[in-house]
Amino acid sequence: MSVARDEILATLRRSLGVNGVEAPRRAAVEDRLARSPSGVIPKRSQVTGAERLALFKRQAEEGLATVVLVPDAASVPAEAARYLRDSNLPATLRIGDDPRLAAMPWETTALDVSKGPSGGGDLNALSHAFGAIAETGTLAMVSGAENPTTLNFLPDNHLVVVAAGEITGSSEELLGTLRARYGKEKMPRTLNLITGPSRSADIEQTLILGAHGPRKLHVIVVEG
Amino acid sequence: MMWGAIVAAQSRDTSGGLTKAQEARAKLGFPPTAFWTPMTVHSTAKAFKRNAVRAMQDEKLQRALSHVRTNFIAKRQSAVDKLPEFEALRDTARDIKNHTLAHLDLYLERYEAKVTESGGHVHFARTAEEARAVVIDICRRLGAKTVTKGKSMIGEEIGLNEALEDAGVKPVETDLGEYIIQLRGEIPSHIIAPAVHLNRDQVEADFRRVHTELDPHRDLSQPTQLLAEARHILRERFLAADVGITGANFLIAETGTSVIVTNEGNGDLTQTLPKAHIVLASIEKITPTLEDVAQILRVLARSATGQDMSVYTTFSTGPRRAGDPDGPGEYHVVILDNGRSAMLGTQFQDMLRCIRCGACMNHCPVYHAIGGHAYGWVYPGPMGAVLTPSLIGLGEGGNLPNASTFCGRCEAVCPMKIPLPGMMRHWREREFERHLAPAPQRYGLALWGFFAKRPRLYRPATRLAMWALALFGRGRGSVPFLPFGAGWTSHRDFPSPQGPTFQARWQARGKQGKSS
Ligand code: SF4
Repeated sequence: MSVARDEILATLRRSLGVNGVEAPRRAAVEDRLARSPSGVIPKRSQVTGAERLALFKRQAEEGLATVVLVPDAASVPAEAARYLRDSNLPATLRIGDDPRLAAMPWETTALDVSKGPSGGGDLNALSHAFGAIAETGTLAMVSGAENPTTLNFLPDNHLVVVAAGEITGSSEELLGTLRARYGKEKMPRTLNLITGPSRSADIEQTLILGAHGPRKLHVIVVEG
Repeated sequence: MMWGAIVAAQSRDTSGGLTKAQEARAKLGFPPTAFWTPMTVHSTAKAFKRNAVRAMQDEKLQRALSHVRTNFIAKRQSAVDKLPEFEALRDTARDIKNHTLAHLDLYLERYEAKVTESGGHVHFARTAEEARAVVIDICRRLGAKTVTKGKSMIGEEIGLNEALEDAGVKPVETDLGEYIIQLRGEIPSHIIAPAVHLNRDQVEADFRRVHTELDPHRDLSQPTQLLAEARHILRERFLAADVGITGANFLIAETGTSVIVTNEGNGDLTQTLPKAHIVLASIEKITPTLEDVAQILRVLARSATGQDMSVYTTFSTGPRRAGDPDGPGEYHVVILDNGRSAMLGTQFQDMLRCIRCGACMNHCPVYHAIGGHAYGWVYPGPMGAVLTPSLIGLGEGGNLPNASTFCGRCEAVCPMKIPLPGMMRHWREREFERHLAPAPQRYGLALWGFFAKRPRLYRPATRLAMWALALFGRGRGSVPFLPFGAGWTSHRDFPSPQGPTFQARWQARGKQGKSS
């Protein structure tokens, strides 16, 4: 281990008046890491069913995303096609290898669907979210071949599918499902929590959408 | 409570001799002062008075600063009003950081182990110089020609851009505000809105000056057009970069994860596209668990921009994995100390809770009047007035703790409940005790005299400004009332230091004349 590391730790311990091997301190750390206590969860996130869905929609729209509910996964391609048409965008879509997306009837639309990560040349992309947080209208995206991270950022317009049943009330509940999927103390390489389209207020505090990421974020919630 | 003895030892250091803590540090090979860091980014903090006066006479700056007074304050307030649990969350956020700081050595070790487990590399750096060397080594090994950079205050603190350029690597700032100030060769004037001191027409002029390959007759009269141009130019840089460097809002010990929070998405493009992602962070960014981060996130965006959540909160754990079609091939975290480990156990430990939200400067009447550059180093506003002397020493930053009206707004809005005015007061006492700077003390007073004679500089756009106006009115231009006058301090509830009060010593000193 490096000299810098050892010296920083030694200084920290001198400053704190500890030696690093005290059992109670070690126990306190192990306990927190093992239990990961939740703290204060806002009451507004503690809703279920239709109320939770409504909260998600309201919060996502406040974050300047658009949200549409569809009855089942089979309705997603038609909704994606409608959105692109109504927004005067070309009928192209970049998607990853997600089996949930692969099972959708894309052939029933005129959409030109291509697969893989983005190299910067794609105008529109569609991804499937891992889940979402109603409290803040936030989408949770995990990296991998199913839904490449580049699709979240490079295309101008990002469409995201999320299953209504995978929308949690609070962020803590979402972290719970993440742990269940990846294991305790494990994470996907990248977890993107996304709340609305990209924006900047760096020029005279004027809010402008479409900074470096997508200019538009359209969320398709699958209820069935 | 084991810190108590050290704090006491530290605060008894009035004779110029070494405290026990300092002696201990000296044995470890540290220079004998508690705040030993060598200079990093060039500081003009010493010239605070001159900077401040110049800032108040700068019309363009004053126009730009009016946005801080109105927008930031109103947005934060409305976000806070919508969350009844906000106050309770401030308490949990503070407690999480206090617990972490008390166990920082252990959490750092755990964090390092988890990063290594996920295939990443942790590099510890004692000083700015060591941190720069780590970054440059990685860039050289990868043959990097250009690096993109997400917004990183640590990058500013260690003066990374200059070092990269010297090493033949071209750094490209990608946060819009950072990009603008990079074009201008400036440092940020605000920790979350780096170009807040500029007006639209100034940005237009810079873009015309630098983007010479574009049509000289193009219309750039709207902020949207400026943003579109920056997006277009920077998109090519993102795709061409060999290495991406970001900061970190949190380093999670539980999982070995770094977290960035942005609205633009520039940090994500910076870290996803190149061969390697380098994270720059300081030791106090460690946070125990994912849940702890979730707690602090609830106060961060609300305090910073008045959003419930920033647009992009990104958790990164290690490099690209088997089967990943994108993501960086290497993942490095540079953990900088630069004087922070020596702040633990002192009366400045609380400052290490800071999450860099900017609320303290957004609500500061001094910042409103003079902007960020007058503070002379990378951290402006109340947090800078406390942190700068801690990191670069009282000799350089000793004027800054005077940049306060002690109105208490910064502490009242700080999501981490950092007692900023109390710490500024500590600095002033320490500075006084060490006889380091009789002149700077007077600079501070003279500055307030300047304010007092020019109440028009305080356009009362907010209740806060109204308050400031009332304060300066009370001063009637008479310096001794500000900010140490009895009429002032008797309304304030500051803890009395042991021994004679600062005020008494100040007066005694005045009688003795400037003997030191
Ligand atoms: S001191 Fe408090 S208010 Fe200021 S930037 Fe830090 S956390 Fe925010």
